[in-house]
Amino acid sequence: MNGIVARRRVIDAIAQAAILLGTLIVVGFLAWILVILLIKGVGAFGPSLFTVPTPAPGSKGGLSNAIVGSLLLVGTAIMVSTPIGVLAGTFLAEYGRGTKIATAIRFVNDVLLAKPSILAGLFIYEIIVRPSGGFSGWAGAAALSIIAIPVIIRTTEDMLLLVPNSMREAAHALGAGRARVIVSVAYRAARVGMVTGVILALARVAGETAPLLFTALNNQFWSANMSGAIANLPVTIFQFAMSPYDDWQSLAWAGALLITLAVLVLSILSRVVLRNPSAKR
Amino acid sequence: MADYAEMSGKAAGASRRSPVFAFNGPIFESVFRWLSIGAAVFVLLILAGFFIALTIGAWPAIVKFGPAFVWTSMWNPVTDKYGALPAIAGTLTTSAIAILIAVPLSFAIAIYITQSAPNWLRHPLGIAVELLAAIPSIIYGIWGLFIFAPVFAQYVESPVSDFFSHVPLLSKVFAGPAIGIGMLTASIILGIMILPFIAAVMRDVIDTVPARLKESGYAIGATKWEVTRRIIVPYCRTSLAGAIFLGLGRALGETMAVTFVIGNANRLSVSLFAPSNTIASTIANEFTEAYSQMHSAALIELGLLLFIITFIVLVLARYMLARVAARGV
Repeated sequence: MNGIVARRRVIDAIAQAAILLGTLIVVGFLAWILVILLIKGVGAFGPSLFTVPTPAPGSKGGLSNAIVGSLLLVGTAIMVSTPIGVLAGTFLAEYGRGTKIATAIRFVNDVLLAKPSILAGLFIYEIIVRPSGGFSGWAGAAALSIIAIPVIIRTTEDMLLLVPNSMREAAHALGAGRARVIVSVAYRAARVGMVTGVILALARVAGETAPLLFTALNNQFWSANMSGAIANLPVTIFQFAMSPYDDWQSLAWAGALLITLAVLVLSILSRVVLRNPSAKR
Repeated sequence: MADYAEMSGKAAGASRRSPVFAFNGPIFESVFRWLSIGAAVFVLLILAGFFIALTIGAWPAIVKFGPAFVWTSMWNPVTDKYGALPAIAGTLTTSAIAILIAVPLSFAIAIYITQSAPNWLRHPLGIAVELLAAIPSIIYGIWGLFIFAPVFAQYVESPVSDFFSHVPLLSKVFAGPAIGIGMLTASIILGIMILPFIAAVMRDVIDTVPARLKESGYAIGATKWEVTRRIIVPYCRTSLAGAIFLGLGRALGETMAVTFVIGNANRLSVSLFAPSNTIASTIANEFTEAYSQMHSAALIELGLLLFIITFIVLVLARYMLARVAARGV
């Protein structure tokens, strides 16, 4: 009898140790990646990173054109995706709630949410780049939008579903129509969560590389022209990291640190916004 | 009650200063409704568009190579002959190994966060998992290429390949130059990348196990591991599998990190240390440099295959995860 109890205790101790070890391995990898990024990235950090465009091999330079290009691409993508995502999320949570078509759309959206991002690049290449005859910032922004829209739909729906029905009913009782109730009651109550969704979408697309490879491509030079190939941080990091030049590789690390900082700040921001006491509703 | 007073105060204040009264009347009602329906239908169109655009783009290759495309191992842009087997094999192998690595680790951290961790540690650990998920793919790639691969080559690949050099069969699996670039490195990095997604879903799923069941287990003297093994896992077995499929869906299509470390060689190889390729990394590497029409059509057909494979995997994942939601726990 005692033997069995002892054996069970030992098995339990081994299992608990394995679980702890697994957790430590995961945290260890995270720490390893972040520390390396800081060490390698800070070395190449400096004011010139933001003021000088990407250099020719062997000379000094910065990433200003890539930073501006990335801001343009991500900004355009978010401006296009937000209204579409919010409206579609509204349909799922309000007009279509409980209907078969809403269930189907929710399902398709979940699939899009997890689709390989490189397919978004191929898709936009086929429908925009090939017909228009060239790589462009607009195509890059479109590819990023396809990734951002499902994120915004998902959070908008989730947040609208948290709004108590009694609030909608109260507004209806005062004579407001359905759209009026959504815009001035449901959106108002859910706005903090909806903003979080947009921030999360920003964080998600800021580091996306694969969809930009065959849409926005890249550009060695200063360009803010969305109709032509445009420089951007992720593709620049990819090309510079794969190059044999030391200067380029160290710029790639600086860019990697920059992007990671941006993504982490956005993720933390979305948490802070959500935890804000006025967001409780 | 206090909430209600605060709410109505806010609403009244808001309507006085904001111009929402412009959003009113039957025209606004129907315009807004149709915009909302239109946006929702747009989502369906995106998915349909994916399928149609990729099929049209791949059409020349589909016509020329037929179904043999899937099991032909030749990939030669010079003679314009293409087969997807090396890329498909590379994708399936790396994803399978990534799952083998990620599942135990994500189960461990999910169980630790929900069952074993002291309360003060749960929140920070949750954030750590989220950060791991938020780090962009390209960062994993650059870290994998410059930091992980050299360390891995020196401390793991060389000893392992020496150790197995006289064992039949295994010497083939671990043969090749120990340069840290290849299938196994890509699989490990993929495993780390998909782990936070699996862990996050597992954590949510494990949280649905009713406390009453676990307490019953402890009440009859079960150890923590026995409760985990005999109560938690059986209770949410299907959804745990759903979480793994969700991770698999990500692993299959992950592009940038793999492109950095897999070495990009379009040939079949038994060795896990040899350079190889996946569907996504082949597309990422060759698409902008594909000058013949057949080359880009073949690459798009690869994309179409990836689309179909991940679609099936994600549908299975959603189906498994939906069952727990339907149970209403």
